[in-house]
Amino acid sequence: MSADQSTAPAPVTAGGALALRFVGMRAVLRREFRGYFASPLGYIFIVIFLIASGYLMVSRDFGRFLEMREANLDALFSYMPWIFVVLVPAVAMRLWAEERRSGTVELLLTLPITLEGSYLGKFLAGWAFLAVSVLLTWPAVFQVARLGDPDWGAVFLSYVASLLAAAVLLAIGLLFSALSKNQVVAFILAVAASVGFLLIGVPQTQEFVGKWFGGYVERVVSSLSLVDHFETLTRGLLQLNSLLFFVLFTAGWLICGMLVLSRTKTN
Amino acid sequence: MTETDHADSVPPAVAAETAPREADAPGEVLISVTDLTKHYGPIRAVDGISFEVRRGDVLGFLGPNGAGKTTAMKMITGFLEPDAGAVLVAGLDVARDRLAVSRRIGYLPENAPAYGEMSVEAFLGFIAEARDLESPDAAIDSVIDVTHLRRVRGQTIETLSKGFKRRVGLAQALIHDPDVLILDEPTDGLDPNQKKVVQDLILSLSSNRCIVLSTHILDEAERVCNRAVILSEGRILVDSTPDDLVTRAPGHNAVRFRVVDGDADGVVAELSAAAWCAAARVLPNGEVEVEPRAGEDRLNDVLATVGERRIAGVRVREGRLDELFRDVTRGVAA
Repeated sequence: MSADQSTAPAPVTAGGALALRFVGMRAVLRREFRGYFASPLGYIFIVIFLIASGYLMVSRDFGRFLEMREANLDALFSYMPWIFVVLVPAVAMRLWAEERRSGTVELLLTLPITLEGSYLGKFLAGWAFLAVSVLLTWPAVFQVARLGDPDWGAVFLSYVASLLAAAVLLAIGLLFSALSKNQVVAFILAVAASVGFLLIGVPQTQEFVGKWFGGYVERVVSSLSLVDHFETLTRGLLQLNSLLFFVLFTAGWLICGMLVLSRTKTN
Repeated sequence: MTETDHADSVPPAVAAETAPREADAPGEVLISVTDLTKHYGPIRAVDGISFEVRRGDVLGFLGPNGAGKTTAMKMITGFLEPDAGAVLVAGLDVARDRLAVSRRIGYLPENAPAYGEMSVEAFLGFIAEARDLESPDAAIDSVIDVTHLRRVRGQTIETLSKGFKRRVGLAQALIHDPDVLILDEPTDGLDPNQKKVVQDLILSLSSNRCIVLSTHILDEAERVCNRAVILSEGRILVDSTPDDLVTRAPGHNAVRFRVVDGDADGVVAELSAAAWCAAARVLPNGEVEVEPRAGEDRLNDVLATVGERRIAGVRVREGRLDELFRDVTRGVAA
């Protein structure tokens, strides 16, 4: 091999170029995930989440699990998005706001880590933490299996739907965390945006839209309903459009968040 | 528990290396800044500055608050994008190759931010992982030794004193043995003992790399830097060595003495008439002070003018960097 050839830069494949965009993601993911368990806050979050989901599952006013006498987990999962609306922003709020408040964002983004790598690393850490929280509801699955013969496909898809809903709401929370140095402000804005996102799917909103803007707009709004897509999956129906809804909206919010961070960082 | 640190905690091996270095043959250019400009809205924070820093240089960025020091450093590290101009680090364009540049730079941001909930060792472990070092454990051990953090390596960063936190910041900046060190006010807020520890550390690191540091402390620039740039309103006003700046400071080579028998006012009148004299006055303590023009050494001329009169306590004053700094940043040309 000639000297020229040996010093020529190696051709960058498409996979290599993609990997370059996410340099440093793994280090950020590991640091952030450990960070949740480095203080009592992570444990407090998990306890509150389990108490809230357990209460809503068995409460006579909400899930009525004990009164229904059916071997399914509808009572657990039907309120999951509404629990997430409050708790997921709590997981997301510190991820960028704290970095910006303490100045560590300057340290982080001058390491050999891309903005995309750090952003996705934080997202995946938060998502992994939420996954741990959701999977800690396993005693409910165990109990249902002991009492009857549940539809295991629906149970599995309910967990998948919960994780996908958590991903969308986490991406929203991350955007507001990137927008503000103040964690409380980031939390409030993320809750407000998440509630708004969920309210698109309630029947009253769709009726209102249908009445004022016609059936076509109503169908469009209906197709943007997180609650509808979530319920489709928890019923055990594996529909591509529902999966795409979650994936595309998560990606969209993540991209918006990266743009916001890039802009707030520069100015 | 909060740890404290003291100047005497610096081992002799490091303290011995702290004598100011003589300028060697010019090293390779490691930082090249050309017409760098940055606006924050209508405010021009950095206004077309250009300079080069070579291996072996310790360049001090001096200037009042808001002069543009931090903004310039943030652009050199690639954290901020300039509105115009270019920065090359080790020949790499920061705008195009930020990742490659970040592997050549160690950066201590203002106030040495770090993840307070992590232990020193875990924090350095994260930095080593982010930098994808081949032997992270060896790198951590080495940098902990260099920055004298061994006795606090397992301690949570938020419980450390400011001096130790600053050294943790230096440790993360040094862990990959970079060619270029950018230190934003590395001793700001430290007590005199802690300042000396950090300054000694910086001096010990300066032989085989280039260091750019910003500071408000002019004594620090004199002690640590072999080159000083004074910035004001985003522009470079002065770029020279601290020794040269001292000779350009007002009052450099001023002669002071006491007239033992005779009329001090008469001596002042005679001295003021000399062509080389910029100013002569009687100080409140009765001493006479004579400032020569352009900081020239005029001790012999002063003594000749005094003639046969008896004088005592003759001394020649060196210029002070802070006086030059005040002059320059007030808008008076150096």
